[in-house]
Amino acid sequence: MSEGERAVTPGPAPADGGRVPADPPVVEATGIVKRFGPTVALNGARITIRSGETHALVGRNGAGKSTLVSVLTGLQAADEGTVTFGGEPAPRLSDRDAWRRRVACVYQKSTIIPTLTVAENLFLNRHDRGAGRLISWQATRRRAQDLLSTWSVDVDPQTPAADLSVEQRQFVEIARALSFGARFIILDEPTAQLDGAAINRLFDRIRDLQRQGVTFLFISHHLQEVYDICDMVTVFRDARHIVTAPVAELARADLVATMTGEAAAGRREERAGALDPGAAAALSVRTLRGDGYDDVSFQVGAGEIVGLAGSAGSGRTEVAETVVGLRAPAAGDVEIAGNRPRPGSVPAALAAGAGFVPQDRHHQGFVPDMSIADNATLSVPGRLGPHGFLSPGRRDRLAQAMIENLAIKTPGPELPVSALSGGNQQKVVMARALADDPRLLVLINPTAGVDVRSKEFLLGKVEETARTGTGVLIASDELDDLRMCDRVLVMFQGRVTSEIARGWHDHDLVAAMEGVDLDA
Amino acid sequence: MPETVLADTAAAKAPEPRVKRTALFGGRIPLARLRDLALVPAIVVIAIVGQIVNPVFLQTDNLINVLQTMSEMALLVLAQTMILIVKKMDLSLESTMGLAPGVAAWLVVPVGAGHGLGLLPGALAVLVTLAVGALVGVVNALLIIRFGLNGFIVTLGMLIVLRGVLTGISGGQTFFQLPESMLYLGTAEWFGMPASIWICLALFAVAIVVLGWTSFGRSLYAIGGNVDAAKAAGIRTDRVLWIVIVTGSVLAALAGLLLSGRLASVASAQGNGYIFTVFAAAVIGGISLNGGKGTMFGAFSGILLLFMIQNVLTLGGVPAQWIGALNGLIILVALTISRITGGKVQD
Repeated sequence: MSEGERAVTPGPAPADGGRVPADPPVVEATGIVKRFGPTVALNGARITIRSGETHALVGRNGAGKSTLVSVLTGLQAADEGTVTFGGEPAPRLSDRDAWRRRVACVYQKSTIIPTLTVAENLFLNRHDRGAGRLISWQATRRRAQDLLSTWSVDVDPQTPAADLSVEQRQFVEIARALSFGARFIILDEPTAQLDGAAINRLFDRIRDLQRQGVTFLFISHHLQEVYDICDMVTVFRDARHIVTAPVAELARADLVATMTGEAAAGRREERAGALDPGAAAALSVRTLRGDGYDDVSFQVGAGEIVGLAGSAGSGRTEVAETVVGLRAPAAGDVEIAGNRPRPGSVPAALAAGAGFVPQDRHHQGFVPDMSIADNATLSVPGRLGPHGFLSPGRRDRLAQAMIENLAIKTPGPELPVSALSGGNQQKVVMARALADDPRLLVLINPTAGVDVRSKEFLLGKVEETARTGTGVLIASDELDDLRMCDRVLVMFQGRVTSEIARGWHDHDLVAAMEGVDLDA
Repeated sequence: MPETVLADTAAAKAPEPRVKRTALFGGRIPLARLRDLALVPAIVVIAIVGQIVNPVFLQTDNLINVLQTMSEMALLVLAQTMILIVKKMDLSLESTMGLAPGVAAWLVVPVGAGHGLGLLPGALAVLVTLAVGALVGVVNALLIIRFGLNGFIVTLGMLIVLRGVLTGISGGQTFFQLPESMLYLGTAEWFGMPASIWICLALFAVAIVVLGWTSFGRSLYAIGGNVDAAKAAGIRTDRVLWIVIVTGSVLAALAGLLLSGRLASVASAQGNGYIFTVFAAAVIGGISLNGGKGTMFGAFSGILLLFMIQNVLTLGGVPAQWIGALNGLIILVALTISRITGGKVQD
């Protein structure tokens, strides 16, 4: 196989990683083969997870992680291979209760019912019953309270689930899984929608539970998290198991190399700033005040990349959304490429020359059942044909150009966006933002839930766009997104508190985002 | 990794405001419960206005009259509410309400009197009525659940088909000379109050208990809120949907029976146009057309409010020709008010 594997495999039997196994592993899957029609999703894959460890499963989109999860949780049967839990063979697929006692998965997509209370979600279809076999709400609530406090989840069981934050919802789902008796929990990209502080709280919780004997399988695109929280890491690539090793023995560059199957590319070299001081500013924001932020002023020059950093409640997202007209400010004004669009109007902002990648692609980014071509050209109907008519030929040519430009992996422009992987979906959203050659590009969390390669590609595209004289504003708390910015404005509790020039150290920026003064 | 260390110290501070917020949540819960009672003040206001308009309004006879005229439609509201909570809808309820007693009358009424066939003894009429209701429900459920057709279009089709069948068998005329068994529920009085009121109130009471305090009832909310999560929780979603849709149609048949009994006839247009008021009452009562939300008590107060307003208008001497226009207007105004007081976009 590739040199990547040789580089990181210290010796034979990497699965044991030098440990001496005492008990049977919590989960062991060997020789798993799963085919979907002609595609082989898993090809002799294996994984061994020992009790009490937090095990990372990493791999690029399409490496077979999701399929392995559905085999491990009993949602799909493997075509070949065996799964054992604590040395015993896995239960029959139809025996959902037996599966639930062994393993639980917290998916990115919620399995909580928003209209019901937390207590009811926890004990759905197994409520406590009182007289006459009627549900006793009091007992159900009390049991929910007990469960939540046993696992120290700070949520009122009477809260409607719709009011929970993403983080609280995950804690509730974990508590529910534990209440079935499962002590092995799969977390499928749990941090994708969380901000820095919430991620830390989640990790604290994971460490707590780990001490209480819960075993985790942790799936993430975010390699730093693997190093922060996990003991062991298993890498999948092209439907195969590549390596399992203790995290401490695997350098970051080697891990990336095993995932991509090539030697790690050197870190992105220092970028030459493309700021054109002669041209008019792409964006200027003056004393902007609104819901969640106050007195925000800054400029983005033509060809400049400016980061807007801050934790989730800092107001960075709100400011970026105000710039593109998703929100109307209470006071202050926004000028895009010399025009002053009507506040609170997205069409006006787009007409003034803005392109926009919204915060949550599933929610605001695309229409899942519409084709790539329709989605990518959604904001530029004027270029599809005269007088409001649209020519399918012209649309598909335009879309084809975008697909090539952004290297979207698809058989053609007519495929619905919902059939694409996360990284490629985000590329479609990016393609739309770039469709009208914007003078200002506003990106909110542009690489959330995107694999390593797509992430590098997307960020490379942003740089390329900046070189053509477009001003770029990136609102994110992802350090990798901010690294290429010419300067980073840090927001804390609704105000811009500091400005950091390029070449910062990670801890400077994190400290500024958390409102911590390093010199104090 | 210095940033991790720093982030940890920050995280240690972070939970504090969260605790406060949870406490706020705790204080807010009773308010959520109060939402069920949101229409009670409106009902009180209408009662006061009614009393001022015409002192007859609060007299027992008038109130019983209001309750009796609304009892049949209230049963449709009950049925529709269950169906809306599981995120389906059934437009054909109003036609079922006409067809079910219509078929019974057709089979039972002696030859010579209108279009009757006189095939069955009168004692079977009630059974036939309910069976026709169940059959309609089974057809709806088969098309919607088994074959996965869109519920709105299926029941819209059924609305037209069933109305057409009733017109066909009755020759567009009204069945009279109904057997005693069909008249009983619509005319009898139990403990000084018409039986139909008792039946209506009892069924609502049962529905409130079932929806609030049984796993079956809660599974309706789970299915309407997130059907995948409901399946994952081990709820047999298809079976629940079958039961809800068939029960809904049987309730509509029962409502038809009460109405036919009260009027001692089955007109070929019986129930025609009811469905709009039914939907309006449910939505005013806080039932979400998006499923998973609302209570039976809310739905009941919705239909009660609409009928009280109508009664006040009649007592106030509004010309009969204008009642229709005013009815529609009242529904729109009531929706607007509940949007303002509810504070949330209706969906």
